[in-house]
Amino acid sequence: MPDVTREYPGTELDAVDRALINTLQGGLAVRARPYAALARDLAISEDEVLRRLRNLLDRGVLTRVGPMFDAGRMGGAAELAAMRVPPAELDAVAGLINSFPEVAHNYARDHEFNLWFVLAAERPERIAEVVVAIEAGSGYPVMRLPKRREFHVGLYLPV
Amino acid sequence: MKIHSSATLPRSTDPAPDKHSNRAGNGPFPPSSPGSPLDALDRRIVVAVQEGLPLCAHPYHELARRLSVTPEEVMDRMQRMLELGIIRRIAAVPNHYALGYRANGMSVWDVPDERVEAAGRRVADLTFVSHCYERPRRFPDWPYNLFAMVHGHTRAEVEDQVGRIAALLGADARAHAVLYSTRILKKSGLRIDAVTPRRKED
Repeated sequence: MPDVTREYPGTELDAVDRALINTLQGGLAVRARPYAALARDLAISEDEVLRRLRNLLDRGVLTRVGPMFDAGRMGGAAELAAMRVPPAELDAVAGLINSFPEVAHNYARDHEFNLWFVLAAERPERIAEVVVAIEAGSGYPVMRLPKRREFHVGLYLPV
Repeated sequence: MKIHSSATLPRSTDPAPDKHSNRAGNGPFPPSSPGSPLDALDRRIVVAVQEGLPLCAHPYHELARRLSVTPEEVMDRMQRMLELGIIRRIAAVPNHYALGYRANGMSVWDVPDERVEAAGRRVADLTFVSHCYERPRRFPDWPYNLFAMVHGHTRAEVEDQVGRIAALLGADARAHAVLYSTRILKKSGLRIDAVTPRRKED
C-alpha cells in the first residue's frame, strides 16, 4: 500500500502543468472537444493538453479526470465510516475494506480511530450490508457517520 | 476558492440539453431501477465514464461509439446529470501529496446542536475548507458533530487554519481534534456495477 508520506520523485511541475491542474480542478464543460477549449485558455495545442494529462495521470499527480458523482442525487447513498483497529492489523483490515467496490476511498489517520472510509452505493440498503460484512470479516465494529447536513463540498488545491 | 466551474458557462456550439426522449426507434429508456433518477442509458454512461473521461480529442464520441448511441445523446445526458447535481463537476482529481499538500487534516468539532447549522455555514465559507458537514455524535467514543477538511503543505499551515476555525467558532467549539491522514489506502471514487443491483432482472 502506498505510504503517503513518501516523496514523489519526478513530479516537478512546470508552469503549464500548474495552470492545467488549477484550471481542470474547476471543471470541464460538456462539449464535443472539451480539451480544445482548455488548450485555447492555456495557449497550447489540444495534443499538448492530452499529452500532459496522460503524463500527470501516469505519474500519479492526478488520480482521475472525469465526472465526480453525488451518490445521493443518483438515488443511492454515501456514508463516512471509521474503525479503531490494532495497528498490527491495520493492513489486513484495510485490505478487507478495500475489497468492496462500494468503498470509494479509504485513509489511515493518526487517531485512535485509525481507518476512515467512504461507502457509496447505488442502492442505499447496500451500505448496511457492506458494514455488516466488514464487521463480520474483521471482528471490529464500524462507526457509521452519515452526513446530516452538507455545508460545502469543493476541493481546490492550487499549485 | 469557491471557483466558478467552466461547466456552468453557456455552451456555444453544443446541442440544447433539453430532450432526451426522442432517440430514433427507442423512445424513452426505462428507469434503470424503480425510483432511480437514472434511466438505463444514463446508467450505462455512468458505468462507462466512472473511471475517467476518455483521454482523446473527442471523448464523448468515443463513449458514444462504445455505447452504440450518438455523441449528442451522450453529451445531452452528461449535461442533464450535471444540471441535476448527479455529477458535481467534470474535473481533475488530484493526488494531494503529489501536489505538495502533505498535511491533510480532518478537523472535527463538538458544537452545540442548536448552533451547528450557523457554525457550519460560517466554517464552510472559509476558503481553505474543502468539505464541511454535520454528522451525528457517537457517544461515548465520538463527541464531534461538525467536520471540516483542511489542507496544507505543512502541519503548521494546517494548524494555523484550524486556529482560524477555532477563533471563528469561539465558545461554540467545546472540543476539537485534527486527524491527519497518514496513508491513502484507496481512492477510486464511486463505482457502480455494469449490471443493475436489483434482482428483478429479466
